[in-house]
Amino acid sequence: MFDQILQFVLTGVTVGATYALVALGFSIIYNASDVVNFAQGEFVMMGAMSAIAMSAGDGIPVFLSLPLAVLVTIGVGILLQRFAIAPARGASVVTTIIITIGASIFLRGVALLLWGKSIFAMPHFSGEQPIHIGKATLLPQNLWVMGGAAFLVLGVHWFFNHTTLGKAILACSCNRTAAQLVGINVGMMMLIAYGLSAFLGAMAGILVTPITFTSYDAGVMLGLKGFSAAILGGFGNPMGAVAGGILLGLIESLAAGLISSGYKDAIGFIILLLVLFFRPSGLFGKATSERV
Amino acid sequence: MPSESPLLQIQDLSTHYGPIQALNKVSLEVEQGELVAMVGANGAGKTTLLHTLSGVLTPSGGEILFDGRHITRLASHQIVGAGICHVPEGRQVFPPLSVDDNLRLGAYAVRRDKEWVESELASIYEMFPILKERSRQTAGTLSGGQQQMLAIGRALLGRPRLLLLDEPSMGLAPLLVEEIFRVIQGLNKKGVTILLVEQNARAALGIANRGYVLETGRVVLSASSSDLLADEAVRKAYLGY
Repeated sequence: MFDQILQFVLTGVTVGATYALVALGFSIIYNASDVVNFAQGEFVMMGAMSAIAMSAGDGIPVFLSLPLAVLVTIGVGILLQRFAIAPARGASVVTTIIITIGASIFLRGVALLLWGKSIFAMPHFSGEQPIHIGKATLLPQNLWVMGGAAFLVLGVHWFFNHTTLGKAILACSCNRTAAQLVGINVGMMMLIAYGLSAFLGAMAGILVTPITFTSYDAGVMLGLKGFSAAILGGFGNPMGAVAGGILLGLIESLAAGLISSGYKDAIGFIILLLVLFFRPSGLFGKATSERV
Repeated sequence: MPSESPLLQIQDLSTHYGPIQALNKVSLEVEQGELVAMVGANGAGKTTLLHTLSGVLTPSGGEILFDGRHITRLASHQIVGAGICHVPEGRQVFPPLSVDDNLRLGAYAVRRDKEWVESELASIYEMFPILKERSRQTAGTLSGGQQQMLAIGRALLGRPRLLLLDEPSMGLAPLLVEEIFRVIQGLNKKGVTILLVEQNARAALGIANRGYVLETGRVVLSASSSDLLADEAVRKAYLGY
């Protein structure tokens, strides 16, 4: 029993790390621009699919296609901001949500046209020799996912707390006009925030696809799970989103193992509903105090 | 630097919010080293004027010349870069960021001149010791008066050649208003050129060299502060006696 649970936990943390990166992407864009970007899952798909496409057949070697795929996805994120979100500045939340849902359908359509409906695999980064921990096993790729996600989360934390650029983006999110008045190029900060979110999505896709495979519509579920994780952690709280992601992954994995794998996805969304009913600010969302 | 023409020259500036005209052909000048007050009632267009100057709003007509250069349609970050720094109405500090971060963000446009930023930061902390004491606290925990000092300090870190102040006395206790106005006067004595927008006409004209009176988007009067303070109409409308 203990070994089983350990196995579920290891799997859960791996999946959760992916959710965490997607949720972090949601928070960054939401904080910077008050937009809930439902194309976040498509960034994950784009990262993985474009890497696979570039390396397919006689394509370029993987060590080149991975960074290129990340750059392509960052480009997609920046284009999304520049040509779909920025022109709708001042629009209502519902309008921007519809725009991002439209963008996600568009990106899925592009992927479908380019690569078809097949499911694609990606080679593991460092072999598929399982690592045994007691009776539980772990693939080296699981360690890549967990380590990579941890590294990225710490990097994002550092970026927002210790760099002028990160603080400038935070300033735009608390008061756009005041940010303009201290000389911050707000439009540029928005592009950077979308680029950063796309970067995190692409990294999540590249890290996890060797385990999960990918297809043109793989981003849908990941996007929704990342969104649930962000709500669970407290929307707009980046580190809460990360904790929410790990927690959601763990709960799903334990529920799938101990109750029934058929309910795996349902559990995630039941948690989302419960949080929205009983604690809409999320587990780590805090009411901000502001004196006027 | 052409010393003949004024530092700031606004000609026939108009700004619209949709179909509503908030500024109607406003013209004004601020000479190098001056402290100019713009007084007027709530809704007269004072904040609109400053927002248009700073590039937050785009004018529908007219020209803004800063140091002889057209800045009418520049983006706000370029205008700050040119040396026009703005202390917005209601302070508008960044509440979740620390006092220190707020000040450093004020230097965003000049951040590459690290040496200058550090020395200016030190002198701001010297001018407002309470900010130094609370430099690691978040700005949202400061009192209204402290936030006003922070907002002024933040604008000074942008190395202003012209400082725009929007209602610095708003919502402050009388003693604090006095202190803030002493600070403003002190800055002007040190050579900072200031355009001060105020509803508190008496306090503003009390420290300014010259003043303009704005009514429903138009400049209706312009004179030296002492003449405005003595003017019958101004006294009745804005000074309340």
